[in-house]
Amino acid sequence: MRTTPLRQRPRAGSIAIWTVVAAVGALGWSMLALARGEEVSAAWMVAAALGTYAIGYRFYSKFIARRVLRVDGTRATPAERMADGLDYHATDRRVLLGHHFAGISGAGPLVGPVLAAQMGYLPGTIWIIVGVIFAGAVQDMVVLFFSTRRDGKSLGQIAREEIGLVGGVAAVLAIFSIMIIILAVLALIVVNALAESPWGTFSVGLTIPIALFMGVYLRYLRPGRIAEVTVIGVALLLLAIVSGRWVANSGLAEAFTLSPGSLVGWLVIYGFAASVAPVWLLLVPRDYLSTFMKVGTIGLLALAIVVTLPTLRMEAVTDFASNGDGPVFAGSLFPFVFITIACGALSGFHSLISSGTTPKMIQKETQVRTIGYGAMLMESSVAVMAITAACVLDPGTYFAMNAPPAVIGDTLQAASETITSWGFSVTPDQLAAAAASVEEESLLSRTGGAPTLALGLAAIFADFLGGDGMTSFWYHFAIMFEALFILTAIDAGTRVGRFILQDALASLHPRLGRFRETNWLPGVWISSAIVVSLWGYLLWVGVHDPLGGINTLYPIFGISNQLLGAVALAVCTVLLVKSGRLKHVWVTLLPLTWVSVITLTASWQKVFSGDPAVGFLARRDLYQDGIDAGQLLTGARDMDDMRTIVSTATLDAALSAVLALLVLVVFADALRVCVKAVRRPGSVTLAEAPYVESRIVAPAGLIATKEERAELAAAGLGAGGGIPRQADGERAGTAEARE
Amino acid sequence: MTRHAATAAPRRALAWLRWYVTEFTGENAYARHVAELRHADPDAEVPSRRAFERRRVEARYGDPRDGGGLGCC
Repeated sequence: MRTTPLRQRPRAGSIAIWTVVAAVGALGWSMLALARGEEVSAAWMVAAALGTYAIGYRFYSKFIARRVLRVDGTRATPAERMADGLDYHATDRRVLLGHHFAGISGAGPLVGPVLAAQMGYLPGTIWIIVGVIFAGAVQDMVVLFFSTRRDGKSLGQIAREEIGLVGGVAAVLAIFSIMIIILAVLALIVVNALAESPWGTFSVGLTIPIALFMGVYLRYLRPGRIAEVTVIGVALLLLAIVSGRWVANSGLAEAFTLSPGSLVGWLVIYGFAASVAPVWLLLVPRDYLSTFMKVGTIGLLALAIVVTLPTLRMEAVTDFASNGDGPVFAGSLFPFVFITIACGALSGFHSLISSGTTPKMIQKETQVRTIGYGAMLMESSVAVMAITAACVLDPGTYFAMNAPPAVIGDTLQAASETITSWGFSVTPDQLAAAAASVEEESLLSRTGGAPTLALGLAAIFADFLGGDGMTSFWYHFAIMFEALFILTAIDAGTRVGRFILQDALASLHPRLGRFRETNWLPGVWISSAIVVSLWGYLLWVGVHDPLGGINTLYPIFGISNQLLGAVALAVCTVLLVKSGRLKHVWVTLLPLTWVSVITLTASWQKVFSGDPAVGFLARRDLYQDGIDAGQLLTGARDMDDMRTIVSTATLDAALSAVLALLVLVVFADALRVCVKAVRRPGSVTLAEAPYVESRIVAPAGLIATKEERAELAAAGLGAGGGIPRQADGERAGTAEARE
Repeated sequence: MTRHAATAAPRRALAWLRWYVTEFTGENAYARHVAELRHADPDAEVPSRRAFERRRVEARYGDPRDGGGLGCC
């Protein structure tokens, strides 16, 4: 092994550069924090984010890689040891970074920050940036490292092997319930974005035949021509957006104007069909389409923000941060900002990609820093863009779109009066003009974050490309972009849930053993139906409960996602202790403690708070008393509404409590294992794969250092690296290798 | 400066982009697989592209229990 001295004397040039980076970041933060009573440019947002990311990546992630994980460049990864050209395949780090980023990014980092903007731009931005440096990126990187050392095993498997059966089963149960909640919330976001919008419904509906066409094309016409079919698919997609406008202005409009209730029905049917259909027909082509749209739109948005540098019109910190009466979600800044912005700062779901998929493709252990930490910094920057897009809007319009009808009423006049009384002046004419600019009937109470983000995106994009005339196109482009990958998450998620459920049913009783066969049709249909009805029920409740919807379900979603993050961090902490890294255990213990405090506090408040806007039990009692006294309370139009509110409040309370208890079981088991490992280090058994020497030569970072370039040249390899002196003409001879 | 030199940088960038897209989408997985088989044994039977792509989709998406496909939120 070529040893690099751990402490090198830093060069003067490097000190100067990093001092400037730190100064730019600090300037950005002070402008964001100290600007009062005037509008702030998004340039300061960009400066604060990029400066802090650079410092965090350069110093903290390097410390974790070298001192804490002690990544070993001489140790072969699963991709090298078990190469089969399919699952296990050593992939160029720059390509893998793209894959991993496409895998972890989704609707979460776009929606959460939009909702959190009700407390102003500052609290959300601080948590997104500080959270990712110390929690989210650390989790992704450490999970990736430990899974790479374990043949790419999944988080659930690692938990079972390293913690034990009880903790492992609790972790799997928690993963399953969290997934059901996430699917329901994602579906609710789509319902709120498409309800009563013929343009949106038509274009998003067209994505299904487009995907079917792509599936058949790839299967029978031209197998494997993925880039080609994706280009065709994206062209059809853009056509679908444009044609949505013609449909909305034609006699067909009525057929595509769907109520929230019927959209729920369609989504449930879609989820079921996608789960039982062969993957090549729908899931695979959708995955290609949404990956392309995701990466393309995010790139375009980053460019548009940097070029136009829009002005933030939201206050830095609104009164809702302290009084907890916000209309978007109830509860005060602590703990609710931290659970509303889940992905972007810390997302438990990333641990499922960091374990399982990516470790089977990574060339070198030394690359976990670039891939794990780096991709999460990119995800965090997406969240910063989302909060920027929400804060670019006029605050009055923002609140009109995100407050439920029970709060602002359902007329422009009532909404304008209520919102002006909060101190954000907005006239009915302004609200009508905003809806007309994107050719929608109304923008009142379009909760869920997606429409707000779309409006903000449309404003930024129209400024950048095409002017005001393009605003409505960009709005529907953004709606399509979000709906597309939410639907992809729904079909993939329903399928994952179906597989987990099939496993669980099979292990309940020997007579149910056939459920394990994933191609036994009755098993497939029954388990798909169960999964779909579970999230479908939550979705139906979210639509029909007058107090339900995003402001009730989103906090449960945020709590569950962060609880999964806590499970992943607990597993990492156990592994650090068991593998003799006790000295550095604070690296995961610190974020674990923080995320446990916020999620358990939030769970506690959601269940037991005396404020009926926050606590489910208090809400249930209040409305039950109302039923007993025979009187209608806020939000309810009749006694049926009152009964729905009571039963869903009970369900939500039970759900929050069960999730928190499951995670406490995982914690208790993890603590037991840690204490045992510290007391009797001799008793520790690690399920780590044995050491095999690596033959691959590849740089650790995106850009090879001077030493790495010399090493590559000596081995006769291109910038992508590979195994030296293997007659691997294909890989070494590609265009990029000649750089 | 010759015309050739003036277009060299954009052509290199385009070639790099092309390489990145084929790697990212997995379009060249088949070519690589065939090359690896041929390298081990010049007379090896190679699967047809259709059969190989079916196996690849099945391997990548067939069993999602390891979390692939739903890492995003």
